[in-house]
Amino acid sequence: MGYLFAAYAVVWVGLFAYLFLLGSEVRGLRRQIEELTRAGDEHPH
Amino acid sequence: MQHSGDVAPSSQLGQAAVSSGSRPGTWTLLASAFTFAIMLVALYATFLYAPAEAVQGNVFRIFYVHLSLAWLAYLAFVVVFVGSVGYLWRQTRGWDHLAKASAEIGVLFTTLVLVTGSIWARPVWGVWWTWDARLTTSLVLWFIYVGYLMLRGAIGDRERAARAAAVVGVLGFVDVPISFLSVFWWRTVHPPATTVAESGGLTPEMRITLLLMLVAFTALYVFLLRFKMVLEGLRDSVWDMERDRTS
Repeated sequence: MGYLFAAYAVVWVGLFAYLFLLGSEVRGLRRQIEELTRAGDEHPH
Repeated sequence: MQHSGDVAPSSQLGQAAVSSGSRPGTWTLLASAFTFAIMLVALYATFLYAPAEAVQGNVFRIFYVHLSLAWLAYLAFVVVFVGSVGYLWRQTRGWDHLAKASAEIGVLFTTLVLVTGSIWARPVWGVWWTWDARLTTSLVLWFIYVGYLMLRGAIGDRERAARAAAVVGVLGFVDVPISFLSVFWWRTVHPPATTVAESGGLTPEMRITLLLMLVAFTALYVFLLRFKMVLEGLRDSVWDMERDRTS
């Protein structure tokens, strides 16, 4: 049973870690876009 | 090129990018609900519906997740190949996003295949790892696509990175059929998946469980692929806005 638990635990930890990384990437990109949009509005060409 | 024409003002680009990437649409909500539900059903079937295997006992339940991840990893690399050919042919960002997104998910799934396979091998074969043809070619596959992602990260220019990665995505695909067919071409300890599925060793409950797990992981793959492609679109918007600011 230990091997079975270990295998499924690895899969779920791996998948949730990847989802967490994707979430952080989205947050980072949205923050960058908001900053660039604000900078563009404050200093238009 | 998709982005080589007129560039919208950064504020417009930014508002469009933020609004497209911030609110989950109906499709996203439905897809995530379906993926979550089918995954729960598949896990229920794996642990409570499917019987223990006669020889291996409960450890055989690793088979359902291991095989599903392996098939989806192959599918992911087929999609990388299609995306790479599409990019080299049409030179549009969408094909590159498809290839990059699928490569990342393929690497994740191959990592999990290698780890779950190793955990399964220990009680069944008595070793964590052996230089068997299937295991070795799978490890080579993992290195090829990790290299693909590292190459993308190492090249600063977006278009050059996409072109170089597309070439690796086409050439690296050679190992996919080799890995898949290795169990037929060489004497290996790893059984072909088709042999396990067709040898009569699987009861109807086991077959249903395997099917559910395959559907669940296919849904997860599609969900992750779409999510990652939206994310790559956002990343492109940032590039375009920075270029717009500096030009």
